[in-house]
Amino acid sequence: MSHAVIELSDISYAFPGRGETLKGLTFHLHSGEKLGLFGPNGAGKSTMLHILMGLITPDKGEVTLFGASISNAKAFDAARLKIGFLFQHSDDQLFCPTVLDDVAFGPLNQGLSREQATERAREALETVGLAGFEDRVPHRLSGGEKKLVALATILSMRPEILVLDEPTTGLSPEAKDRLVDILKKLDMARLVVSHDPDFLAATTDRLLAMRDGRIQPGELKPHSHVHVHEEGDVPHQH
Amino acid sequence: MASLTEPFASGDSFLHGMDPRIRLLAALVLTVPVAVLPELRPAWLALAAGLILVKMARLNMLMALNRLMVVNLFIVFLWLFLPFSVPGEPVFDIGPLHATAQGIDRALLITIKSNAIVVSLMALLGTISIQNLGPALQQLGVPDKLCHILLFTHRYIFSIYQEYTTMRQAMRARGFKPRTDTHTYRAFAWLVGMLLVKSWDRAERVHGAMLCRGFRGRFYTLAAFKTRSADYLFLLACAALSAGLIYLGFIQGRPL
Repeated sequence: MSHAVIELSDISYAFPGRGETLKGLTFHLHSGEKLGLFGPNGAGKSTMLHILMGLITPDKGEVTLFGASISNAKAFDAARLKIGFLFQHSDDQLFCPTVLDDVAFGPLNQGLSREQATERAREALETVGLAGFEDRVPHRLSGGEKKLVALATILSMRPEILVLDEPTTGLSPEAKDRLVDILKKLDMARLVVSHDPDFLAATTDRLLAMRDGRIQPGELKPHSHVHVHEEGDVPHQH
Repeated sequence: MASLTEPFASGDSFLHGMDPRIRLLAALVLTVPVAVLPELRPAWLALAAGLILVKMARLNMLMALNRLMVVNLFIVFLWLFLPFSVPGEPVFDIGPLHATAQGIDRALLITIKSNAIVVSLMALLGTISIQNLGPALQQLGVPDKLCHILLFTHRYIFSIYQEYTTMRQAMRARGFKPRTDTHTYRAFAWLVGMLLVKSWDRAERVHGAMLCRGFRGRFYTLAAFKTRSADYLFLLACAALSAGLIYLGFIQGRPL
C-alpha cells in the first residue's frame, strides 16, 4: 500500500460559542489516491479542509502531512506549497490585477525567478484551456472562467495533492463539464468535497461520507439518477 | 461606479519605461515643496513643469482634463469664499462684501498649486500600474502593512461596493424606501454593520487563500525594475527643479 500523504487523527474542533463541529475525526489520503467527500451542510467538511491546510488550529488531535507531524505555523508553510487548495469562492482566491500575476503569485512565493514563474503560469493557463487570458482582469471574468483561473493559480505551483472545496458551486453545466475534463487529465492525488454526485463520480475513485463531525465507516457507490435538460428525449451520452 | 480603472498606466513613453521607484521619488521631491510654496511665481513654474511631464507621458488629454475638472470642482468653493474673507485692499464690492486683492491672490495661488500637483502626479504616479506600485513602494522601504492596505483597497473596494448594491437591492425588493424615521436609520445601520462583518470575513478568507499559496508578507512582481542612467538624470533634474522652486519661494527676496 502506498504511504499516507495526509493524515488527520482524532481531530476535534468547536467554533467559539457553538457545539463541536468535528468530533474525533480521523482521515487518510494516500499518494495517488482520488477521494471524494460527501455530506450535508454543516457536517464539518470545510472545517476539516481548513484544519488540514493549517488555517484553523484544532482543539485536539494531530495533523500529519507527507509523513511529518505538523505542530506549528512554520511547518505548515512548507507543507502548503505541496498542497493545492481550491477555495469555494474564486473571488477569495483571485486578488491580483491581471490573470498572469495571479497565476504567477504562488510560483514567485516558492522562490522561482520571474522568467520561470511566467513560464509556469503560462503552462498552467494552457492546462486549464485559458491560454490568451494573461492580461485579463480576474474579477471581471465569468464564474466559470474565474474557477479555472483559480485552478491554474494552484496548478502553477505543481502541487502533489489537490484539495478542492465544493468546486462546482455556482457553475453552469458547461463550466462543470470543462472542469471535469481538466481534472480527468490530471494525475495527482486529490480530495474533492462536493454536493454533486455526478461530479464526484467523474473525478474521484472512491467516495466517503461525512456526518456529525466524523467520516462515516464504509464506502458509497455512485449510481445514476433522473435528470432534466433540453432535448432530453433524444438518445444521448453524458 | 465602474471598477477603479488605470487609464494612464499603459503606454510606451519615456515616463512609462522609467523605473517606477524613480517615478515615485520624483513625485515626492516635486510635490512636497509645491504644496508649501507661499509665492505665485514658482507655483506657475511648477504648473508648467507638471504640464511638460504630462506631455512627456503622452497622456490622453481629454481624460487628463476630466480628472482636473474633479479637482477644480473643489477649488470653485475656495473662489466663492477666499476673496471676500482675506483682509486687504478692496478691489470690487458685491453688496456688503468686499473682494480683496490679497484674497484673490491667495485663491489663485491655491488653484495653481493644486493643479500643478495633480498634473505632476498624473504623469508620475498615474503611469505606474497597480501591480508595480506595491513592489516599488516596498523596495523603497514603505512599511509592508501600508503597501498591503493600498493594494487590497484597490482590489476589493469594487467587491465591497457590489455587496452593498446587492444588499440595497434586496432591501428594495422587500419594499424598503428610505425615510426620515428610526426604521430607516436602523436599517441603514444594519446594512453598514453587515458590510463591515462581510468585509472582515472576506479578508480572513483572502488571507487564508494567500497563505495557501505561500504568501509570507512580501509581494513579488513579474516586472523587473531596471534603472536606466536616463532615469537617474531625470531624478536629478527633478531634484534641481525642486531646489529652484524652494529658492524662488522661500529664500529669494526675503530678508535672511
